[in-house]
Amino acid sequence: MMGLGFDGRVFEDNFLIADIRAKADFPIERRFWFDPAFNPGQTALMHRQPDDVWRLDFQLGWDIDRKAELNDDKVRARVRGMIGEGIDFNLVWTSIYTFRCCTMDEYVHGPVIFAGDSAHQVSPFGARGCNGGIQDADNLAWKLDLVCKGAAPKSLIDSYHLERKEAGLENIKNSSRSADFLTPRSPAHALFRDAVLDLVEQQPFARPMVNSGRLSSPCFYAQGRLFGEDALDGPLRSAPGSPAPDCPVGDDFLLGILKSNAFMLLSIGLELPHNVDISGAILPAIVLPAKDDLLRKRYLGDNPQAIYLIRPDQHVAARWAEFDPQDVARALKQSTGRVS
Amino acid sequence: MTLTLTPNLQNPDDFYAALLRAHDGLSEEETHALNARLVLILANHIGDLTTLEAALAAARGTSVKKADATTQ
Ligand SMILES: Cc1cc2nc3c(=O)[nH]c(=O)nc-3n(C[C@H](O)[C@H](O)[C@H](O)COP(=O)(O)OP(=O)(O)OC[C@H]3O[C@@H](n4cnc5c(N)ncnc54)[C@H](O)[C@@H]3O)c2cc1C
Repeated sequence: MMGLGFDGRVFEDNFLIADIRAKADFPIERRFWFDPAFNPGQTALMHRQPDDVWRLDFQLGWDIDRKAELNDDKVRARVRGMIGEGIDFNLVWTSIYTFRCCTMDEYVHGPVIFAGDSAHQVSPFGARGCNGGIQDADNLAWKLDLVCKGAAPKSLIDSYHLERKEAGLENIKNSSRSADFLTPRSPAHALFRDAVLDLVEQQPFARPMVNSGRLSSPCFYAQGRLFGEDALDGPLRSAPGSPAPDCPVGDDFLLGILKSNAFMLLSIGLELPHNVDISGAILPAIVLPAKDDLLRKRYLGDNPQAIYLIRPDQHVAARWAEFDPQDVARALKQSTGRVS
Repeated sequence: MTLTLTPNLQNPDDFYAALLRAHDGLSEEETHALNARLVLILANHIGDLTTLEAALAAARGTSVKKADATTQ
């Protein structure tokens, strides 16, 4: 309808999903097989899902007869080969998928905004598809809200494109690399993949090179024009642009506490009222003692205290060693695109 | 100098991707030739013969099993 392109790479491979219900005591972790006897020359994956369901995923190769592969008896035989005799199972769902890694150039076209798979598609290795889509929504929702209320200029929406395209490219990079490892495209790729697999058992250094998917983690926005100052000599992982790292706080978890539809202040080791007046806008503040070890490690470093401005999507907007309402007002302005 | 066999790459994924990229578009023969040049370059960088011999042994160690299997 809009004639927009969608550029990227198609991977020439098919994968069969067989979800089975079985009472089994397989290890509860994501397990990957390279060239196993039950699927020679290909890979296979097993991980747990809710309600005694296990997802099995078999690489099939490119030239296949889809209909024949989806035949129940054939699928059952594959499952049997993988889990062995003696475990009863039902097939819950089967499907064959292929994948590509691609993205639109621009995610914002006037009033039409693209998110999720309509903006970018990735290989499934790393669980980045749905996660990326939800993060798009997280990023866009508060911006749309502010713009619709007239509390931010329309140009704030452009930052959605900047930030989420950066994330989209990061997801594509990681999931393409995993796909390259899992489905070598050339003899050279296969040579190194097999060399890594030859080495892993004996040599610890080769283990980080095994790439069976780098599980999705939210993007550390480096391109963002929206992020304010970093006036704390604090840990890099919680610097402006980062997704606020989670950690236990008492009996709770930080991200569970930092839930808000609005910008908020996080004050660690410093008294603040629960609602702070910032140039006439009331910001909620979460005040925590500088007590829990991980909280200190992830948010304070060597500092006794810190003030963080957190966006509604739980990314860090700015941070300081001291509280000054004017600093916060400035950062808030910048974070909502009200700076020319 | 002792041979480092614990993880030492700052970013293994970046390195691995760069390695594959260097081979893109090459024939199998060209790939082997590139690998040989790369080994020589890295060996020269390391310089120390004891370390290099330890590396050779480590590299052989993992493939010995396979070599035995094929000669039987
Ligand atoms: C086999 C497989 C395994 C996956 N595993 C994971 C995983 O473990 N973790 C993960 O994060 N992601 C995973 N993904 C990716 C994830 O499923 C997608 O990224 C996600 O569903 C995309 O969500 P979306 O809302 O953008 O698009 P969709 O889920 O595709 O939703 C689009 C909707 O729009 C509807 N629609 C289309 N055209 C029209 C129209 N003209 N009018 C009205 N409605 C329309 C469609 O019917 C559909 O319901 C997997 C994908 C596959 C295929």
